[in-house]
Amino acid sequence: MNSRNKYGYLFISPFFIVFSIFGIYPIFLSLYMSFTDYKGIGSPFKANWVGLQQYLRLASDKYFLQAFVNTWKIWGVNIILQLSLALILAILFSDIRLKLKGLSLFRAIFYLPNLMTVSSVALLFLYILDWQHGALNGLLLKYGFISKPVNWLGEPITAQLSVSLIQTWLWFGHTFIIIFAGIQGISKDYFEAAMIDGANRWQTFFKVTLPLLKPIMIYVVITSLIGGLQLFEIPFLISQNGLGGPEGSLVTMVLYLYNQAFKYHNFGYASAVAYGLFLIILIFSMIVFKGMFKEEV
Amino acid sequence: MDKRNIIKWLIYAALTLLAAACLLPFAMMIINSTRSNTEIVRGFTLIPGKSLIENYKNMMYHMDVSDGIFKGIWLGYKNSFIIASSVTILSAYFSALTAYGFYAYEFKGKKLLFIIILIMMMIPSQLSLLGFFELNKALKTLDSYIPLIVPSIATPFTVFFMRQYLISSMHPAVIEAARIDGAGELSIFHKIILPMMLPAIATMSIFTFIGAWNSYIVPLVVIFSPEKYPLPVLMGYLKGGKVAENLGSMYLAISMSVAPIIIAFMFLSKYIISSISAGSVKE
Repeated sequence: MNSRNKYGYLFISPFFIVFSIFGIYPIFLSLYMSFTDYKGIGSPFKANWVGLQQYLRLASDKYFLQAFVNTWKIWGVNIILQLSLALILAILFSDIRLKLKGLSLFRAIFYLPNLMTVSSVALLFLYILDWQHGALNGLLLKYGFISKPVNWLGEPITAQLSVSLIQTWLWFGHTFIIIFAGIQGISKDYFEAAMIDGANRWQTFFKVTLPLLKPIMIYVVITSLIGGLQLFEIPFLISQNGLGGPEGSLVTMVLYLYNQAFKYHNFGYASAVAYGLFLIILIFSMIVFKGMFKEEV
Repeated sequence: MDKRNIIKWLIYAALTLLAAACLLPFAMMIINSTRSNTEIVRGFTLIPGKSLIENYKNMMYHMDVSDGIFKGIWLGYKNSFIIASSVTILSAYFSALTAYGFYAYEFKGKKLLFIIILIMMMIPSQLSLLGFFELNKALKTLDSYIPLIVPSIATPFTVFFMRQYLISSMHPAVIEAARIDGAGELSIFHKIILPMMLPAIATMSIFTFIGAWNSYIVPLVVIFSPEKYPLPVLMGYLKGGKVAENLGSMYLAISMSVAPIIIAFMFLSKYIISSISAGSVKE
């Protein structure tokens, strides 16, 4: 190593100093707290060491289980809608025979919601979906789609569905852009070969496009899963600062974590929730990854 | 031929409908911010009202708490702008510096350190949230912008992106030539490398800025004083307050909080969309 290479350390040191303090240390501190009964007062190092007790509590906590199920329901509906919508759009716009116009305008419109401040979006929908004065009920009543106001955020099913749809609204444009770029990246030779072999549109889609898109679909599903399992802002703000909506139907895992820590001051337990959540994300990402590659013909 | 045309127009109609549904919440937001409370309660219409100025005055009046310290939404803009621009500048400079350190030099532990960056890219932020809060409590930096700004010196994804950029578009001969000319290592970075990295820096900066502008959970947890709230936290705070009693004012506040992003998107949409497309194909 010549003397010049010591500059390497110099150049990366600000990053690693800050990273150790604000990035890595908190992760270990969370881990440490998850083995204590720390209540948020004083220092976590003075709290009692309780071993795996918080994790045992987590494993038998029916409220966490409910949060787990809620999160999956909300994410599941959203990913199915988002992915199908994005896939249909991507296929329509990349069809060489249709030659649709206005791609950049439509793409910009579909993508716009994704950049919005999520807390503002949550508030906006809180008012739009309001039972009595909401703009949506107002609109639907006016044109006779419904005869009496629907309490969108008042029933567990419609509340969860509303959050799923908001998530779809926020993300389908983004997914569309990624899948569309993926289709553009597929060599035209494949499509020509399929055409020469006499494949119709459906056959081309299922036998050529879809298998070649698999890596991108996996990427989309995994990133959406990681984000979706951490869903917080919309349920938090749309259910009156974390109360969790009707029958707790909007309590997601991160909302549960937040409430345990900042409402009930159970920092030790909340840290165990954080690690439980991390484990869940890790396991399911691996399942998605493995599962989607196994289907390969 | 005719049948194909009909299908095509049906597709256009469906796409237009989808685009309209996509824009409808924005329309509701903007139109309702011009209507009075009684008009909004009566139902929704696409025709704008005449109460915009009234709504604005009412919003400002009710936001002006704690004896004028808290100057409503404009203070929220200022706070968000200070935070987001500091984050963007720090993240851009130090990520470029770190990426260049990894690119241009050989040193012990280089591979391991880079693997740590890759792993940290994948760890969900919730894992560190509580530890981060406790750390700042111990450092007595709660209710300040330090926990929001300083950590952006270390942004793993941006470092990763910029290193990829250096590998794909920089030629080592450029550095060698500068060294032969007798330039010092730091001035090579500042005078030659940094300008050459501008395209990558610009791309990342747009996303960093929007991300920082929109960020919610960390400021929610570490900032307590309303006069220090960035916009997203301020919006959540308004909900429980007097502003929310007037629906028009509330819609106006929401519109104002997203206006900068909508305006920025109008100018940068092509650039933003092509960045996403390019990024996804490489992955």
